[in-house]
Amino acid sequence: MSRWPAIDELAADVKSGKIKAVELVKQSLKAISDNQEFDAIISTLEGRALDRAAQIDKQPAGRLAGVPFIAKDNFLTLGGKTTAASNILRPFEAPYQATAIEKLEAEGAICVAKANLDAFAHGSSTENSDWFVTKNPHDKTRVPGGSSGGSAAAVILDMAPFALGTDTGGSIRLPASFVGAVGVKPTYGRVSRSGVVAMASSTDVIGPLTKTATDAALVLDVMSGRDELDSTTIEKAEASYTDLDFDWSGKKIGVIKEYMQEGLDAGVKAVIEGSIEKLKSAGAAVEEVSLPSLPLALAVYYIVCPAEVSSNLSRYDGQRYGYSAKDAKNLDESYELSREEGFGAEAKRRIMIGTYVLSSGYYDAYYKKAQTVRTKIINEFSEAFSKFDFLVGPISPTPAFKIGEKTADPLKMYLNDIMTVAANMSGNPAISVPAGLAGNLPVGLQIIAPMASDHQMLAAAKAFEDLG
Amino acid sequence: MSKLSRDDVLKLAALSKLRLSDDEVEKLRGELSEILSYVETLNQVDTTGLEPTYQVSGLKNVYRPDETKDYGYKVEDLLKNAPATQDSQFKVKRVLE
Repeated sequence: MSRWPAIDELAADVKSGKIKAVELVKQSLKAISDNQEFDAIISTLEGRALDRAAQIDKQPAGRLAGVPFIAKDNFLTLGGKTTAASNILRPFEAPYQATAIEKLEAEGAICVAKANLDAFAHGSSTENSDWFVTKNPHDKTRVPGGSSGGSAAAVILDMAPFALGTDTGGSIRLPASFVGAVGVKPTYGRVSRSGVVAMASSTDVIGPLTKTATDAALVLDVMSGRDELDSTTIEKAEASYTDLDFDWSGKKIGVIKEYMQEGLDAGVKAVIEGSIEKLKSAGAAVEEVSLPSLPLALAVYYIVCPAEVSSNLSRYDGQRYGYSAKDAKNLDESYELSREEGFGAEAKRRIMIGTYVLSSGYYDAYYKKAQTVRTKIINEFSEAFSKFDFLVGPISPTPAFKIGEKTADPLKMYLNDIMTVAANMSGNPAISVPAGLAGNLPVGLQIIAPMASDHQMLAAAKAFEDLG
Repeated sequence: MSKLSRDDVLKLAALSKLRLSDDEVEKLRGELSEILSYVETLNQVDTTGLEPTYQVSGLKNVYRPDETKDYGYKVEDLLKNAPATQDSQFKVKRVLE
């Protein structure tokens, strides 16, 4: 595999005519074809990508001129199918593209392929994909994490300089940590979700997976901002995220006590403690801080997420798009059979849990209670950020686990998200930055930043990379 | 209340428009009971004086002008994924027998 240069250099070389966008797309397609054994990719958009590259080569322009990328297959894209790795969307061809894709294309980027995920992004390993399980590039017997596991593996396998993921409970950061990529979960509302298959709308965010924080900053910069097609998008205060000047001296860093306790893998713990020492040596003031409600975020998440999933998946009714059962006798039977045959086990599980917690008589006890505990979590974050510039900790209690190790027990699988979900419930930006190895497996450092401080977080991530 | 009965699961399936097989009903009965027992740990959390948070962006009432806008989509493209159409509309099975 050949490595990609920094994205801004690549775009500059395309604009100066030193390299051709068509060659870059071919390089990307070759890396995809050479690494099929990892099952990172569901489909390529070869025809459309090569056509676009040829167009761009005639008059190269834009901050991402000719740069190939890979989108998780829950982004609507033209030129092929969008399946969300689910049987029910197997035949689906999007009639329009996600705003994020449109914004990247407007700067000259080229979507080359669609990456594997847990179906509808429900999972932490890609084992819930209705297609296949993606293998971890560092160890083929292990998962790449999920749900954006295909995107994360694709970046490490040099299939493209960047990939897009979605993070509802940790789905960008967990795979980034498991494969050794940079994975950004921006502030809630930072990037438009228009044209992305909805999971849990109150926590879904879109972000980049890359090799470096510098590349991630450029991609996030292009994608972010208000969009009239997604009324939850927020204003961006900064002109750009790409200036990443940063100094650790005087910065106050809180190490989240609840994430460093028993149950943490010894190898992961060693990497995180080593990272903390580096931050201290660089001049940061590092202290332990307790946010006692953070571990509750998982239980909150597994009420709020299925509730929103059950609502968002009600649109798959077999009548307008997606799989439709052929031998139904009437409309009601058509709904029931299309959904029964089209949805996988995890989607059904979440629809059922969501329907339960939202049903009359249970709503207050589950959904409302969870949203109230959510307030408690938000308050603890606010208090912590009144004293600290950043909070740090691990992404996950363990490095990448074995394929099949947790599939028999859904609750055990859910527990992978215990250290990532809090930032989704609160909306804070968070990032996974490669921090070292536990044995031969990568471990990411999680940096959580105050609301809307995506730029500062990216600068800190870059500065952490520079500590080596 | 965390141990679901078979009837509970069937009722949820009906509300969810899922026609589950017998095997699925039995499997989900166990799995859902276990997941609900886990999330019920929140009942022990003191939330006195706190209000629920339903969204975190801080935005309120995001309006746009009430005007039609042409996004350039063609009707046939928007209908191309439908299993059945007629006269530029979705065609569904009979509702009343």
